[in-house]
Amino acid sequence: MTEMFLVHSPGPYTTVQDNGRFGYVHMGVPVSGALDEFAYTCANLLVGNTENRPALEITFTGPHLEAMGDADIALTGADMDFTINGEAAGQWRTIRVKQGDSLHINPAHTGCRSYLAVTGGILVPEVMGSCSTYVSGKIGGISGRAIRTDDMLARGEGEPLKKSRQMPWFPLYAPDIHVRAVPGPQEEYFRQGMDIFFSEPYTVTDKANRMGYRLEGPEVFREAGAPQSIISEPSIHGNVQVPPDGRPIVLMAEQTVGGYAKIATVITPDLFRIAQARPGDRIRFHRVTLEEAHGMYNQWVTCKKDIHHFLQTEINS
Amino acid sequence: MTESLFARPRIRISGDRAFLVEYGDAIDERINEKVRAMTELLRKASPEGVDLILPAYRSIGIMYDPLKTSHHKICAILNDLEAHMGEMVIPEPRTVDIPVCYGGQYGPDIEFVAAHNHLSVDEVIRIHTAGPYRIYTIGFAPGFFYLGGLDPQLHTPRMETPRTMVPAGSVGIAETQTGAYPLDSPGGWRVIGRTPIKLFDAGRKDPFLYQAGDSIRFKAISPEEYERMAKGENI
Repeated sequence: MTEMFLVHSPGPYTTVQDNGRFGYVHMGVPVSGALDEFAYTCANLLVGNTENRPALEITFTGPHLEAMGDADIALTGADMDFTINGEAAGQWRTIRVKQGDSLHINPAHTGCRSYLAVTGGILVPEVMGSCSTYVSGKIGGISGRAIRTDDMLARGEGEPLKKSRQMPWFPLYAPDIHVRAVPGPQEEYFRQGMDIFFSEPYTVTDKANRMGYRLEGPEVFREAGAPQSIISEPSIHGNVQVPPDGRPIVLMAEQTVGGYAKIATVITPDLFRIAQARPGDRIRFHRVTLEEAHGMYNQWVTCKKDIHHFLQTEINS
Repeated sequence: MTESLFARPRIRISGDRAFLVEYGDAIDERINEKVRAMTELLRKASPEGVDLILPAYRSIGIMYDPLKTSHHKICAILNDLEAHMGEMVIPEPRTVDIPVCYGGQYGPDIEFVAAHNHLSVDEVIRIHTAGPYRIYTIGFAPGFFYLGGLDPQLHTPRMETPRTMVPAGSVGIAETQTGAYPLDSPGGWRVIGRTPIKLFDAGRKDPFLYQAGDSIRFKAISPEEYERMAKGENI
């Protein structure tokens, strides 16, 4: 075990996350994991880790950390004014830190969540097949909770890179967000509501967390006679459920079962845009068919493979 | 109670890598049996590209990798598996006993439930422990079971203002349902008792004591037994 970061202040909600806990969803244990899987994966690649090593997920503003040793780090995701010993440090690229360095991650200008990866990953015990923190279940990460002042974070085994890496491009997060969604599973509950949902912008409220994002906007009507709720069924990250008040909720990574009808489901390549949405941002939903969504999924996987390849070639120095 | 079983399953698309297969439109033992049988068959068949199989009351949620398979392919497999339903022997559901200390500090709402239903506290306990209750599905929180079959004599509305914290192990009633809280959480169920055993323990070899399809029977214990079991925690 190598001591890596001493936490001087934790930030409002900083947790250890990996790509999720898949073995116990049928027992009510949600997948959890990094909400913005793209930024999380890039952070790991930038420090030379295999894709799935635990990293810190930082919400709105970051921790103040002291480096206890030398290693590579990378900060991706939300634009957070990252400084080391008071100097601007940059994001989406490899940075070598030395023992005693003081890392400050400041409030986000755009986006909502950033990811801090380190050589070897943050070292925490695996619980039920994953290192992800699931705070309501008190499992994973650091004792099943967000990090606190005076926590000592260790890192796993791994060598720093010989050459630093930098992303060829990275997403920009704007307050006007466009995401694509496939109608269903309960599309027939919302014929008229469907047109409203796919034509009007919805504002992210402050009730937005790892379980779900409550939105505000024009009421999404149910058809006359459609029941207020359904027999509880499995829910999926990206489902948009509509409770009786007609205000949509996008379900995120800490949800397993729900009893409200769902009008549509955000496609996988656009989930990170929701993860980076802030209260007050406006989301527009664009309707796509399942076939179109699968084409987009394909492109997305190809794009991720290209980045993977790019970051691991010598040209990128 | 079987008229709501669909002749053919209904498919509902849930985004680009999941769909739901519905076998009926009611909370019904026969529909749930079918869900359980098809879940077992599908798990055994483990088709290429199927990532997660999630049984619920009357439906199965299936997550898949769209690069490896499609919902059409998986539905064709499900269709073939239907033919094997008859040969399938579903393991006999287990009945899991859950000890509960009713009333007092552990069950602050038992008098309310009794008064609401014009019963005595002892009658509430007698009816609630009669069971067993089938676990239709597990979800919402780790190990949180959705049970069928609460005696209508015990149906009681939820609290108007939910409690901000209900201790783990609390057993309660909400409308037509009974259940238990595996974790400390906010909630509006009428709490009638508490179990000393941990319904969910990530550190235990098997973090859960039951699975969907099993039955739960509540057994009344005294406050002394509760304390003893809470200290020992050997189950």
